[in-house]
Amino acid sequence: MHGKVFVGQSVKRLEDPDLLRGQGQFLDDLALPGMLQAAFVRSPFAHASFSHIDTATAAAAPGVVAVLTAADLPAEMREKRILLQVPNPAISYPVTQMPLASKEVCFVGEAVAMVIADSRHRAEDAAEQVIVDWQPLPAAAHCVDALKPNAPVVHSTMKDNLAGRFSLGFGDVDIAFNHADHVFSARYDTHRGTGLPMECRGVAAVYDVVGDGLRVWTSTQTPHNTQRGLVDMFDMAEDKVRVITPEVGGGFGPKNQVYPEEMMVPVAAKLLGRPVKWVEDRREHFMTTTQERDQVWDVSVAVAASGQILGIKGHLIHDAGAYLPWGIIMPYISASTLPGPYRLPAYRMDVSVAFTNMVATTPMRGAGRPQAVFVMERLVDLIAHELRLDPAEVRDRNFITAAEMPYSMGLTYRDGAPVIYDSGDYPEAQRRALAGAGYADFKARQATALAEGRYLGIGIGNYVEGTGLGPFEGATVRILSNGRVAIYTGATPAGQAHRTILAQICADQLGIDITAIDVVLGDTGVMPRGAGTFASRITVNAGSSVQIAAQQVRAKVLALAAAKFGVAESDLELADGLVKITGAQGDRISFAELAKMTSGMPGYVLPQGVMPDLEASGYFTPPQATYSNGSHVAVVEVDPETGMVTIDDYVVVHDCGNVINPKLVDGQVQGGVVHGIGNALLERMVYDDDANPLTTTFADYLMPTAEWAPNCRIIHMESPTPLNPLGVKGAGEGGTIPVPAAIVAAIENALQPFDVRFDSCPITPQMIVAKIHATAQ
Amino acid sequence: MSEAEITRAITFTVNGAVTDMHVEERFSLADMLRHCLALTGTHLGCEHGVCGACTVLVDGEAIRSCLMLAVQVDGSDVTTIEGLADEDGRLNRLQQAFSDHHGLQCGFCTPGILMTLSAFLADNPAPDEGHLREALSGNICRCTGYQGIVDAVMDVVAAPAAKAGQ
Ligand code: FES
Ligand code: FES
Repeated sequence: MHGKVFVGQSVKRLEDPDLLRGQGQFLDDLALPGMLQAAFVRSPFAHASFSHIDTATAAAAPGVVAVLTAADLPAEMREKRILLQVPNPAISYPVTQMPLASKEVCFVGEAVAMVIADSRHRAEDAAEQVIVDWQPLPAAAHCVDALKPNAPVVHSTMKDNLAGRFSLGFGDVDIAFNHADHVFSARYDTHRGTGLPMECRGVAAVYDVVGDGLRVWTSTQTPHNTQRGLVDMFDMAEDKVRVITPEVGGGFGPKNQVYPEEMMVPVAAKLLGRPVKWVEDRREHFMTTTQERDQVWDVSVAVAASGQILGIKGHLIHDAGAYLPWGIIMPYISASTLPGPYRLPAYRMDVSVAFTNMVATTPMRGAGRPQAVFVMERLVDLIAHELRLDPAEVRDRNFITAAEMPYSMGLTYRDGAPVIYDSGDYPEAQRRALAGAGYADFKARQATALAEGRYLGIGIGNYVEGTGLGPFEGATVRILSNGRVAIYTGATPAGQAHRTILAQICADQLGIDITAIDVVLGDTGVMPRGAGTFASRITVNAGSSVQIAAQQVRAKVLALAAAKFGVAESDLELADGLVKITGAQGDRISFAELAKMTSGMPGYVLPQGVMPDLEASGYFTPPQATYSNGSHVAVVEVDPETGMVTIDDYVVVHDCGNVINPKLVDGQVQGGVVHGIGNALLERMVYDDDANPLTTTFADYLMPTAEWAPNCRIIHMESPTPLNPLGVKGAGEGGTIPVPAAIVAAIENALQPFDVRFDSCPITPQMIVAKIHATAQ
Repeated sequence: MSEAEITRAITFTVNGAVTDMHVEERFSLADMLRHCLALTGTHLGCEHGVCGACTVLVDGEAIRSCLMLAVQVDGSDVTTIEGLADEDGRLNRLQQAFSDHHGLQCGFCTPGILMTLSAFLADNPAPDEGHLREALSGNICRCTGYQGIVDAVMDVVAAPAAKAGQ
């Protein structure tokens, strides 16, 4: 059998049985004999220098094995910084964190010492007894202020806080603005939140003296980057550093970089000759795990009387936080995402990236796109408002159409390739979303509700999202001598069910059940090259690699069986782990037997030119990003007295190309939308004027709970991409991206009688009430 | 040993097994379950009582094991996620429904949610969706957007017991 048996079906996840029994092995579940536990001493200041750390009392505390400061690190690590992931010539000061700060800290929570003890409790007790002679320094707490002359510098070695500056665009904006019938301008700001996987970060390590090798377990989205970081930090050979991800309890972006603790735990294990583990607590997570989304956009749009957009220009200030682990790719993604599904003749965005004394910002679900989509969709709504046109109509007049695909935007994407939308039907996506939400008769429903004193509103959010970035994510498929099939890949799951998806793809090629497949993921020891789970890239990259590898294994199985039976390959079929001669009774050979034969069985001679083992590796390298798209429509009710927003209906049209497993895509979309609701209404990481984080518990930083979550009505469109063999596009982030745009538009629409405008997100009840009062005055 | 590390002897039942142990007075129930008994299915998402990941049953009631001291379960009957499956080891109705309805993604919140819902459904065998969402609102799940969880529970509530067992 060879065909689509599993691909395209909502098969149940292979991951579930263990997780449902509490048998999933997460990082903190790892217990090795003699394992020590670590706790870190962290800065209470957003900016401070220090010259002396007194560790004597802590070192003498019960159970303490060692207290390490920067001065105790091996010579090769001193004053060394963690590898910058994405260097770029536009970066003026490419600074990443050191494993431990040595004389200056630049955000609250930056670590200066590590205490290692025989229990976590004792390590924490002793950490409180480490004394640091802090000299507080002035701090830069907001990206706009940070770029003003005479702002306090974030790092005392810098002369200003400009981390980088670049411009991008196309066409002639001067001509566009000179010929415009209207020009509208606005300032939009979006705020920091954080990814908040339910499992915090954590690292464990053992050092093998005999083999001079490090084995590191870490709750990451990107074990290969951690390996690269360790190899660089320790000057070790790659094959001496093995990084393994256990089950990862959510990622959402923040677990997609290399953290100081991932350097310190291994070095401690090496220095002490014992296994060491550190598990982040939630307070540490709020302080030290990366965040995202503080941006301020000053933008103008040139419009014809028809509502057709002629050009957009502006200036984006992006908050980088104190370090640049991911360089400046996020504002780059933001600026190149802004045009979205709309035909834009001329565009110019000047981008300034500001250092601030807060934890670094790095890609978080959506990665710069929710901000860009928020700005673009707010601009379109502004045009509709000013020209008294229907917001859906303005969008319709500006859409790139399906007939124009592939559509070249005239920009270069972060993968270095031009932005070329590969497929999709944006007008149709919106049409279906509007139909799903009953847009045609919404005005009547709104009027009826208003007559009863209820404020209903509707809002649209459209987006196009570059997904499936390369360079590659390889996979090896091997038939084992017990007849089971193993897939090895560098891809690292954090809830997306990569095991199930990859097994579905492989099962169809080999004619076996998905339960006959074992998927080994996220281990640099079994897959030496990999990039990681980010940019909604795994199904595109690893999925295509599995497809390619499985096809090769299939071809090999057929060739060997044909030679054995002396028949043509076309006379053979694969089913249930057997190769059979079509129609004939009895003549068959199992995968297990074939695998044994080809793995060096005495007496069996491989045909000329055939390599041993039923194994093949695929390294699919996508030529460019593939562009997913979608259209969201939100219907909300707002109580102008209390400012409370209730989401009455939420419709999603989602196009991620061919769908491998509809139920899993629905899960990604639903979860993504609820994350986006947090960004629209709840989640804001608040810092005071001295850059102290104020929201460091789940009681202060609100996340959406079940009562906030609508039952999204998800409508799939499938515009396959020609860019990979599966025709798939990424699905992990699209749910989140347009939600703030759609919800804020809906709130504004509901409050039309008060004529209020919203230019930021999240929107809290207090802000709504204040706006209504301010406008009434 | 410092004063903080004084231990006390306790006896309690966990997933049906009688357990005697000496435990540090300052240990939370979660720490004790995870680190002394290797029952690592109980997860810690916040250690400040908000996320619900650490929920277990103590004498049938859902409690947050990060907020309860281990010594407080002396004489009690504790059930953790490891004790939830049917006696023959098969997933129970609720667990199976989670798998059927994609009620979990990373699975980190899942044990706490299953324990919370087990206690809730014992008291409210036929909740409506609003009541269920309210009961679930003390557990945070970042992955699923809750819909798969709600669908799973509503299926259990709707299905006759015999059918849903498998
Ligand atoms: S860990 Fe107990 S409520 Fe979060
Ligand atoms: S399944 Fe990941 S937090 Fe709920």
